Amino acid sequence: MATLLDTIQSDPRGTQVPAENATPVNNHEFRADYEARRKIFPSRVQGFYRRLKWILVAVLLGIYWLTPWIRWDRGPHAPDQAVLLDLAHRRFYFFAIEIWPQEFYYVAGLLIMAGLGLFLVTSVAGRAWCGYACPQTVWTDLFIQVERWVEGDRNARMKLDAAPWTFNKWRKRLTVWASWILISVATGGAWVFYFADAPTLAREIVTLQAAPTAYFTILTLAATTFWLAGFMREQVCTYMCPWPRIQGTMLDENSLIVTYNDWRGEPRSRHAKKAAAQGLDVGDCVDCNACVAACPMGIDIRDGQQLECITCALCIDACDTVMDKIGKPLGLISYSTLVDFEHHTQTTKAQGREAAKSEQKRVSFARLARPRTILYLTLWTAIGLGMLFVLFTRGHLDVTVLHDRAPLYTTLSDGSVRNGYTLKLASKTLEDRPLQLQLEGLDDAVMWTPETETRARSLTVIVPPDAVRDLRVFVSRPRGAAPDRFTFVLTDPQSGETVSSTAQFEAGARP
Amino acid sequence: MTDIGADKGFPRVPGSEPSRGEVDQPTGTATTGHEWDGIKELNTPMPRWWLWVFYATHVFALAYIILYPSIPLLRDSTTGLLGWHSRSEVAQEIDTAETARATLYAQIRDLPVEEIVRNDELRETAFRGGASAFKVNCVQCHGADASGSPGFANLQDDDWIWGGTLADIQTTITHGVRFAGDDDTRYSEMPAFGRDGILEPQQIRAVARHVLALSQSGEDNAEGAEIYAQNCASCHGERGEGSRDMGAPKLNDQIWLYSSALPDIERQITAPRHGAMPAWGQRLDPATIKQLTIYVHALGGGEASTQDDAATQ
Repeated sequence: MATLLDTIQSDPRGTQVPAENATPVNNHEFRADYEARRKIFPSRVQGFYRRLKWILVAVLLGIYWLTPWIRWDRGPHAPDQAVLLDLAHRRFYFFAIEIWPQEFYYVAGLLIMAGLGLFLVTSVAGRAWCGYACPQTVWTDLFIQVERWVEGDRNARMKLDAAPWTFNKWRKRLTVWASWILISVATGGAWVFYFADAPTLAREIVTLQAAPTAYFTILTLAATTFWLAGFMREQVCTYMCPWPRIQGTMLDENSLIVTYNDWRGEPRSRHAKKAAAQGLDVGDCVDCNACVAACPMGIDIRDGQQLECITCALCIDACDTVMDKIGKPLGLISYSTLVDFEHHTQTTKAQGREAAKSEQKRVSFARLARPRTILYLTLWTAIGLGMLFVLFTRGHLDVTVLHDRAPLYTTLSDGSVRNGYTLKLASKTLEDRPLQLQLEGLDDAVMWTPETETRARSLTVIVPPDAVRDLRVFVSRPRGAAPDRFTFVLTDPQSGETVSSTAQFEAGARP
Repeated sequence: MTDIGADKGFPRVPGSEPSRGEVDQPTGTATTGHEWDGIKELNTPMPRWWLWVFYATHVFALAYIILYPSIPLLRDSTTGLLGWHSRSEVAQEIDTAETARATLYAQIRDLPVEEIVRNDELRETAFRGGASAFKVNCVQCHGADASGSPGFANLQDDDWIWGGTLADIQTTITHGVRFAGDDDTRYSEMPAFGRDGILEPQQIRAVARHVLALSQSGEDNAEGAEIYAQNCASCHGERGEGSRDMGAPKLNDQIWLYSSALPDIERQITAPRHGAMPAWGQRLDPATIKQLTIYVHALGGGEASTQDDAATQ
């Protein structure tokens, strides 16, 4: 399919640049509606962005795979895993932070921050999330690299794909699939370690003693990874993901996007030298199709900004390689803002292409600080600081009172009236704490628990570390008492921290 | 004529050969050849994956019919190859639950109640078990909140006709009250002072007023006090403190089995009503009775068993 169509000889040093017969398969000109997917075989590229992406892949996958194994000592009453979503005990541990289910608003805050952060990044650098950090991109990148190792680069892969199913093809395909499955299982396998003690779970998984949920989760995630990164690929971004639509609206004229500088490239020609010799106006684009061949989304960046483009910047590297070979300045395809692009276009019209080229910068952060980005950053920081403030000033005690409903009150033999309450006492510290429970209001009332029969206005309760204790408490008032409100006050004598909860005392003649 | 649908990866509808379908110009889609009053049906079959899912549901249904009970017969249904039955599944789940609880239940069965309450885990289990046994067996008379109703004792309060220690409650539940089928049942009977002509109506009125006065609920009178001393004090005590040995209720407190209204007290003296409670020892196993005992004792009115227990609690 891919044949060496043409050779471009516009390089003064005589270097030859092969022109690829690469079709942007997802371009609407080439593709009917409802047409089945055509496979994309991105070619290998080298350059700054490719290196950056490999570093990011290593860092992101490293974080994903290593985080559950980081230990963090919390004493004898809590797990020693730094990041742990302990669903069974309803706790979320993140290094020094411990979150209870009723504090889930912190997670909501984090999600809002993630959203705002995405807005910020998008308004500054376009779909940088899609191109560099999205798991779909990261794993697809990894899977394509596996294909390259086993089957070879673009042309070899296309040839193999079109070839009949010989032993050789089976061998290569099975090697690729097996490697993908290994990566997929490792992917799903790492996920479950966030939800249980990693070393213990790893032992259980290997010895087949882990809970069925663990295996099910691993299998599900392995299957989706295998399928999405191995076979669905760019279709996930284009058809399944709502992100591109949302992110598209976040862009403005000052956002950095991967841009084909057509003011510089057009009119493109494969025979630039000949054309120039004939006195024709030719741009820098030699129409070698390297950008199309490199594109994992199957589009041609020269058609302009498109929904499919995830701004992975691989076409920049591909084009720069060619520009370097033919001795032209880099950046025919570059990160550029719409403002820059317009400016260069105007300059080209007014003063010619060379004048504009001399002005061009590889990456220009023309207006990084603008109301939009400042607002996003301010909101993001404010929410972050607000959450940190609340987190470090939050209380470690909690008391909730449930009044008995059946019966509301009981008359005792001496005519006094007894009410029953269930108190939920929460202690969020990691040590045993003797707490003081007191009655406030109702001066004639006394209380006791079924365990300590002594009637008193205050009693000492032990609440286990990092736990909620249910405590039955009876409160009684002498004969003739009327319904009234009062308060349970819980105090930690060591820290002086106090929480309270009001409650209703019921009394009255029985019908 | 070309079949454009085939081009797009759609399966062709059987019988809609290309020759039959002409291409509909506005949509560019082949027709099936079916025509009604000039309206032609476009050949837009279901996507293939959808069709496969549809076939897969048939396979699933067939396998289900073979493996599981599915076809209703006159009395029953087909059993299915797997022999699965929802009832046997429930039985299995109950078995599993009972096995899981077996250790705790064995301890509750074998230990005396006073020992059970000293162990936090056992007490908690017994309390919960007792709560559910209470809902099944006791709420009909004592009420869902265990507060009783006229004639049926309130189990929440601290007044006990037959005693409020763990042992007392256990005995009462096991043998019942005035239950004919149990020789050890709690038994007491108050004479019908009015019906049997022991006291005159005005004497009954006087003693009723005295009874109310015992609990600081009315004016005392000398005649009533004298009649009380002669007829009632032997069981109910000189100051109305009652006797648990006799099953004679306290009269000097604020708790009334039937009512604290004067006419009701008079009626009770004239012709007493006597409630009864079954001997649950004949219906429930000892472990359940122990759990019920612990539950009732923990409702709030339970009394300490001995000096030792009071100290440990």
